[in-house]
Parts: sequence; structure tokens; C-alpha cells
Amino acid sequence: MKRNKINEMKVIFDSKSENESLARYICAAFCATFDPTVEALADIKCTVSEAVTNCVVHAYRDTVGKIYMTLKAYDDATVTVSIRDRGCGIDDLSRAREPLFTTDAAGERSGMGFPIMESLSERFSVTSKPQRGTQVNMTFKLDKNSKR
Amino acid sequence: MSTQENITFEYKNDTITAHVSGDIDHHRAKALREAMDARLYADRPPLFLLNMSRVAFMDSSGLGLILGRFTLCRELSIEFRLTDPSPEVEKILDLAGTGRLIRIDRTKNSKSVKN
Repeated sequence: MKRNKINEMKVIFDSKSENESLARYICAAFCATFDPTVEALADIKCTVSEAVTNCVVHAYRDTVGKIYMTLKAYDDATVTVSIRDRGCGIDDLSRAREPLFTTDAAGERSGMGFPIMESLSERFSVTSKPQRGTQVNMTFKLDKNSKR
Repeated sequence: MSTQENITFEYKNDTITAHVSGDIDHHRAKALREAMDARLYADRPPLFLLNMSRVAFMDSSGLGLILGRFTLCRELSIEFRLTDPSPEVEKILDLAGTGRLIRIDRTKNSKSVKN
């Protein structure tokens, strides 16, 4: 079934840690049109927080760069979130996606960012090029029928 | 929004309880970590309870925060327990299987924290 895009939003912001909450609240507000459940909203906020934190902590490790977030809403009550950076990229993607793998144990990173994004989203993909950047794409289903 | 620093400590019967509220993300984790570690190093109580009943949001940074305090407490011979995680916290703990590693006390029916 063909779905139609009903809304779109692009936000560009600095890779500063205070923008982690900003990004997830923007995303939550964007999703409000579908009147999602508290739980569905919590899942989306968590995945956005993980993706943006990756940009802040890893992609632009010792510098501040731009984070590009694109939100799209479709008439079948799905929302897609894409979060992209022009940072250092990921050398070994399959390793980065392993649970508990982290390159920053000293910073008390749990190594659960990618596994959480994968489990909480309907669809998940990540592409990365060393020295070019990383892009995470996630799809969420906000079907009202699933409302508690 | 509840993103302001919000942690309070309660002392009772050789136990320190840290009550954390609001959002726990990478941005907030550092201040929370420093506040808790200062108390743990200074007072070295026999038992440290981390109460997360009022946490409205937590991502994997919160896991790092919990596991980091668990590790520090073990080094300082302090018993560590997580108490009453909110549903938002519980979900992330489940995904990571954290319950297998640390003791979690659930003393009441926790409700979703209004954000």
C-alpha cells in the first residue's frame, strides 16, 4: 500500500550535550499529531537520544559539529527519523552494533546505544563512512489502535 | 520538561539513598555521577540505595551511570541496590539484562512519571 507523506521537518543543531534533550523533545512534539501512547513516545525519545548522543560523544568527539535531524510523518501513522553527522564515521559497523561494545568505557558508555535503537524501532538502518560521517534511519509505527 | 539537575540524598540507619528525578541522559549523567561519587567516597555507607521511581526518561547513559555506581560500590565494599525503577527505567534495564547483574528492589507499584 502506498503511503503519503503528510508532514516533514528538518532541524540542524550543534553537537552539544544539552541538545540531546532538545532533539528528543522536538521529535516527541512532531509525533504528537498521531496522539501516540506514552510508551511509544518514550521509545522514540530514547532512540533519538541514543543517536544524538552518538554524534556528540563519538562522531564529533573533541569538536563541535552539526547534527542533521529529518522527521517525516506519513498517513499510515508512521514516522521516520533520520539523524546524520559529518563526523569521524565508524570503522567497524558490525562491531559497533554488538551489545556492550564501546570505544569509550572510561566515559561510562554502556555500549547499548545501537542495540537499543534496533530494539525500540520498527525498522533500523545505519550507514557510515570513515572521515565522512554516519547516518541512522529509524521507522516507528504510531498506530492509534494500539493505544492503551 | 524536567531536565534540571535533581538529586537528593537521604541518610538513615547506615544507609544512603539517592533519589534521582527528571531525565537521565548523557548530558545529565556527569553531574549525577559526580554528586553520587562524592557522597560514596566521603561517607562509605554499608548500603547505598539508588531510587529511580521519579525518573521520567532514561537512555543508555543511565545504564552506564547505574553500572558505574555498582562497580564503584563494589570497590568500596558498599552494598548497592537499585530501588523502584519507573517503567521508563525498567524498559531499558530489561533490554540490557541489567537485572541479572544488580539487585533491584521493587517496593511499590511504580507508575509512569509525568514528563
